Amino acid sequence: MPELAQTETTARKPKLDLKMYGPAIALVILCIIGFSLNSAFLSEGNITNLLTRSAFIGIIAVGATFVITSGGIDLSVGSMAAAIAGIMIILMNALVDILGTGVLTVVVGAGCAVLLGALAGLANGLLTTKGKIEAFIVTLGTMGIFRSLVTYFADGGTLSLNFDIRGTYRPVYYDSLLGVPYPVWVFAVVAVAGWLLMNRTTFGRYCTAIGSNEHVAQYSAINVNKIKTWTYVIQGLCVALATVIYVPRLGSASSSTGVLWELEAIAAVIIGGTVLKGGYGRIGGTIFGALILTTIGNILNFTDVVSNYLNGTMQGLIIIIAVWLQRADWGKPKD
Amino acid sequence: MQFGKTIAAGLIGAMAFAGAAAAQDTIKIGVSYPTPTHAWAAGMNWHAEQAEARLEALYPDVDLILINSPDPASQASALEDLVSIHGIDALVVLPFESEPLTDPVLNVKNSGALITVVDRGLSQPGIEDIYVAGNNPELGRKSAEYMMSRLESGDNIVILRGIPTTIDNERFDAFMAEIEGSGINVLDHKHANWNRDDGFDVMQDFLSRFPDIDAVWAQDDDIAIGVVAALEQAGRTGDGMFVVGGAGMKETIRGIMDGNELVPVDVLYPPAMIATAMDVTVAAFKSNGPVAGRYILGATLITQENAASFYFPDSPF
Repeated sequence: MPELAQTETTARKPKLDLKMYGPAIALVILCIIGFSLNSAFLSEGNITNLLTRSAFIGIIAVGATFVITSGGIDLSVGSMAAAIAGIMIILMNALVDILGTGVLTVVVGAGCAVLLGALAGLANGLLTTKGKIEAFIVTLGTMGIFRSLVTYFADGGTLSLNFDIRGTYRPVYYDSLLGVPYPVWVFAVVAVAGWLLMNRTTFGRYCTAIGSNEHVAQYSAINVNKIKTWTYVIQGLCVALATVIYVPRLGSASSSTGVLWELEAIAAVIIGGTVLKGGYGRIGGTIFGALILTTIGNILNFTDVVSNYLNGTMQGLIIIIAVWLQRADWGKPKD
Repeated sequence: MQFGKTIAAGLIGAMAFAGAAAAQDTIKIGVSYPTPTHAWAAGMNWHAEQAEARLEALYPDVDLILINSPDPASQASALEDLVSIHGIDALVVLPFESEPLTDPVLNVKNSGALITVVDRGLSQPGIEDIYVAGNNPELGRKSAEYMMSRLESGDNIVILRGIPTTIDNERFDAFMAEIEGSGINVLDHKHANWNRDDGFDVMQDFLSRFPDIDAVWAQDDDIAIGVVAALEQAGRTGDGMFVVGGAGMKETIRGIMDGNELVPVDVLYPPAMIATAMDVTVAAFKSNGPVAGRYILGATLITQENAASFYFPDSPF
């Protein structure tokens, strides 16, 4: 249905622009506000910080776009990130004696993270499709499981990466290639890959079809369960990638790692124009959604005009306005 | 009405107490606190376990029962169980939240048990016999004192605060009151939620926003770790820059012992206060001196000289 509405508006006039470019316009407006509050907002250092910081939520949100487009939801991503980070740290610390503190240990750690992410996603996917449990409940359950696992591994405290491995691993977050930090490269690659998968493959079209109407998709000989399971695996892989670039930042994981990331990821997806009930997904919008969310926090740190206690209010308002700009029937004649 | 209630409560209490005392000669002390879900609480859990082992070895007739609860409602149920199943003679409790646990603790008191409240006060005065707590305003004041000893009039600092709560306000207000008139400029203060990641993000933004920062009050050791990472990333660790955290995390204390110049001191807000409370509660049964009262622990400034006595390498915090 949304697909139809979309084409209809295109044919009519440039009304579509606000819907299509809404997230980008919102980001530009935010940047203008940020710049007018403090010119240091557009300094190279701050832009780099912003992009690097967006990478975590952005990468996870690319995965979430697939899950949500096909009519699912994944609440477990924040806890999953924390659990993967925790296991990765424990593993790398244990490998010091066998493999030393070099690149190999980090590569094994990262490989293990990717594997764990895929498995966790597979578990979510199979429980949802084969287990026939609502995605909300499955991932609410795994959210609690993953979160308590990291608390358990850390004995309630904080897991810290061996100091020497930290030296080897640190550049993954802090160093740059061609002036662009590695996390931003990863974010860019994930974004492009996600866009291609969503818009240029049958898989992407199947996701949209399933999200629009699962039964019709089923009768159209789409293997609904398989496609849906894959969306959760993609989500798991995205979480793992985000974790791989998160761990070298502070070299630690605790029960407060990744708290509320799931809601930020979902918010980024919806701000980007994807429909929460599925059937229409936009990777490009998701990227802007993630950037918008990070920018709001950044701007609030750049000003003392707004009381600290009202940060949540500002974030909430901007999220609602950003989505309203896209959804409201701008200038459409009343039918 | 109120009078009648008190009498009744007193009677029930007296009967329960007599019953418990007659049943066995062991002194049963329940210790109830939130499930450790963050590092500070994990440290508290560890110190409680250490104190349990130590006190039970010292006094064979003392039985300490440690229970942790994941939320206020479970803690209320845990308190009921301590009375009905264990028939405790005393309760050491760190309430999850003040409001919802005031009545449950009052019920334990009415059963005749001695009440020791730790850290977070109840919302009604006079329930606890013993109160043991850290000193939040003092933590702010001590931090400010140290800042003033290192900085001069006209120097700039930024402040990273905790989660918006009374605890955070007490620390912050005392800091600001102490620093007033010293000529040190507080450029801005933002909440970093006692969290490493938030500490990192907020500090990055402070560094982009203010070209001249001389020192950082991070208020908490977790925030300080994020702050230090941001300072290192920006290459602004020189020129006598320093960060003051708080709480007494073992890694931070270790750094102070080793002479870390970026984080040269820490201000104590010890999770070990639960052990103090357990000691005092046992003393209420064992000591010949009076014990009831309020124990407000000092917010000691930890420096290289005294750091060793606050270093617990086996604790998770």
